[in-house]
Amino acid sequence: MNKETSKKVDISSEDIVIQIVNMHKWFGDFHVLKNINLDVKKRERIVVCGPSGSGKSTLIRCINRLEEHQKGQIIVDGIELTKDLKNIEKVRSEVGMVFQHFNLFPHLTIVENLTIGPIWVRKTPKKEAEEIAMYYLEKVQIAEQAAKFPGQLSGGQQQRVAIARSLCMKPNIMLFDEATSALDPEMVKEVLDVMISLAQDGMTMVVVTHEMGFAKSVAHRVLFMDEGEIIEENSPDEFFNNPQNDRTKLFLSQILY
Amino acid sequence: MELHAENENKVIIKPPITSIGIIGWMRENLFSTPFNTILTIIIVSVLWISIIPFVKWALINSSWLPDANCRGTGGACWSIISSNYKIILFGFYPQDILWRPVTAIVMLVSLLFISRNRNFWNAFLGYSWLISLMIMGLLLKGGVFGLEPVDIEKWGGIILTLLLSVFGLTAAYPLGIILALGRQSEMPVIKTFCIFYIELIRGVPLISLLFMSSVVFPLFLPEGVSINGILRAQVAIIMFTAAYIAEVVRGGLQGMNKGQFEAADSIGLNYVQTMRLIILPQALKIVIPPSVSVLISAFKDTSLVVIIGLYDLLKTTQTTLSEPKWMGFSAEAYIFIALIYFVCCFFMSTYSRKLEDELNTDLE
Repeated sequence: MNKETSKKVDISSEDIVIQIVNMHKWFGDFHVLKNINLDVKKRERIVVCGPSGSGKSTLIRCINRLEEHQKGQIIVDGIELTKDLKNIEKVRSEVGMVFQHFNLFPHLTIVENLTIGPIWVRKTPKKEAEEIAMYYLEKVQIAEQAAKFPGQLSGGQQQRVAIARSLCMKPNIMLFDEATSALDPEMVKEVLDVMISLAQDGMTMVVVTHEMGFAKSVAHRVLFMDEGEIIEENSPDEFFNNPQNDRTKLFLSQILY
Repeated sequence: MELHAENENKVIIKPPITSIGIIGWMRENLFSTPFNTILTIIIVSVLWISIIPFVKWALINSSWLPDANCRGTGGACWSIISSNYKIILFGFYPQDILWRPVTAIVMLVSLLFISRNRNFWNAFLGYSWLISLMIMGLLLKGGVFGLEPVDIEKWGGIILTLLLSVFGLTAAYPLGIILALGRQSEMPVIKTFCIFYIELIRGVPLISLLFMSSVVFPLFLPEGVSINGILRAQVAIIMFTAAYIAEVVRGGLQGMNKGQFEAADSIGLNYVQTMRLIILPQALKIVIPPSVSVLISAFKDTSLVVIIGLYDLLKTTQTTLSEPKWMGFSAEAYIFIALIYFVCCFFMSTYSRKLEDELNTDLE
C-alpha cells in the first residue's frame, strides 16, 4: 500500500452525500444514538472507532436503514430515509454494505451471489451481470473461485467476495461494519488491501473498524464514539497524536501499545 | 540406492485372515462379545421361526390364479387379488374402459419419474404437467372426442387415492408456505388470521374436517347448489395438510440467520425477492425431512375419506372383502394395499434424501 498517494486523493467535490442531522435512536428505552450530526462528502473516507457498545455499528446500519432512527434526519444521496419503502430500497441499492460475518448466500455459487443484485434490482441482463461479476471478482483477485459455493472458501476469500458483491451494484457509498473482525489474523491483510485499493479509486467510504493502521493511512477523518455520542472528530494525524478528549485518550492508550 | 533396494525387497504383509472377509466381518459385528453372540443367536432363531412359516404361507402353499378354491389349503389366497384387482384398483369405474384410468396413471407416474431429475425442471416440464393433467382429466371424465362420460362419483380405488394425494400435497405445500410467511408477517390482521387458522386446524382431527366438509358444509349452500363430494374432501385435505406444512416451514424460517435478511436488504432486494431467492430456498432445504414426514402422513391420511363414503383404495378393498366368497382373506388384501402405500411412501422418502444430497452446498 502506498500511504502517501492514497492520502493525497483530494476530496474533489464538496457535494455532501450523507447528511445526518440531530439523529437519535433508541432500542426500547435504551438510548443508543444521541444527537448524531455528520456530513460525509463525496469521495471522503471516514473511520468510526470506539469501544464496543458505543453505537458505531448501529450508526452505519442506520445509513442504509437496517436500523430505523426515531428522531432527526438522515439524507443519503439526496433521498431522505423515511418509512417510504421505495426510498429505502433506492438508498440500499446505492449504498454497499460489508458485514462482519460476510453474509454470503450459502445456497448460491460465488458468481450467483454477485449477479443476484444486478439481475433483480437493476434488471441487468444475465449475461451482462455475469461480466460485471467477473470484472469485480478479478478486482478482488478471486475470479478462479467463481463456480464454487461460499462454504468452500476461506474467511478472507468470503469477505472479498462480499465486497465484490456490493461493488456489482455500482454503489456511490460503501459501508464497512467491522469487516475484518471475524477473520483469522493472516487473512486480515488481504481484505484490508482490497479496501485500500477501493479507497484509491475514490470510493466514498464509512468504515467501522478496530484496524488503527488502516485508519491512519486511509481515513480523511476519524470519528470516536462512546455511549452513543460522537465524542471526537479529527484528521487521523491529530486524532492519534493529539487527542483532545479524555475518553479518546483512554481508548487510544488501551488499544495502542 | 539403499532405499531403492529396500523398496524392491518390500514384503507385502496381508492382514490376518480372521480380520478380513466374511469371517472377519462376522467376528467383528456378530460375535465380538459373549453378549453379542447371544443376541445374534436369539435374533437368528426368531427370524428362523417367523420367516419359514411366512414363506410357506405366502409362497409355497398359496393360490394365485383367479377364482381358485383357496379354502383349506392353509396358504395365502392371492386369488382375492387376481380376481378382484379391477375393483380394488379402480372401484366402480366401468370395467370395459379401464384403459383410460390406466393410461392416466401411467402418464402421472412417468411425469413423476421425469420430475425426479432437477436438470429437467424447466418451463417445458411445467407445460407438460399442465397439458398432461388436462389430458388425464379428460381421459377419466370422458364426454368429449367420443369418450363415454364417467360420473366423478364412480372414480374410485387408486384413481381416487392418487387424485386426492397428488392434488392435496401439491396444493397444500405452497399454501403452507404462504401461511408460514403470514404468521411471520408484521401486519397484525394477516398474522392473527394465520395463527388462528393454523391453530384451529391443528386442533381438530382430519376426520372432523372431513365430516364438516361432507355433512355440515352442504347445509350452508344455497338450495340447488351442490359441490361434488370428492372436491369437498379434497379441500379438507388441503386445508388440513397446509396447516402442518406451515408450522414445519416456520421452523425453517426461524432457523435462518438474521444476516441473510440483512444482506438481501442491503443489496436492495424487496420482500418478495428476498423470500423467493434467498430465504425460502435455504429454509425449505432445512425442513425437507420434516416436510416429507408431513406429506407421507398426509398421503396415508387420504384413506380416512372412507368414513365419508368415498371409495378410495381402502374402501374398495373392504368392499371386496364383504363378498361372502372372499370373507376371511383380509390379510392378503391388506398386505396388497399396504404394498401399494409402501411403494408410494418409499418413493417420496428416497426422493427427499436424493434432493437433500443434491442441495447440499457445504461440502466439496
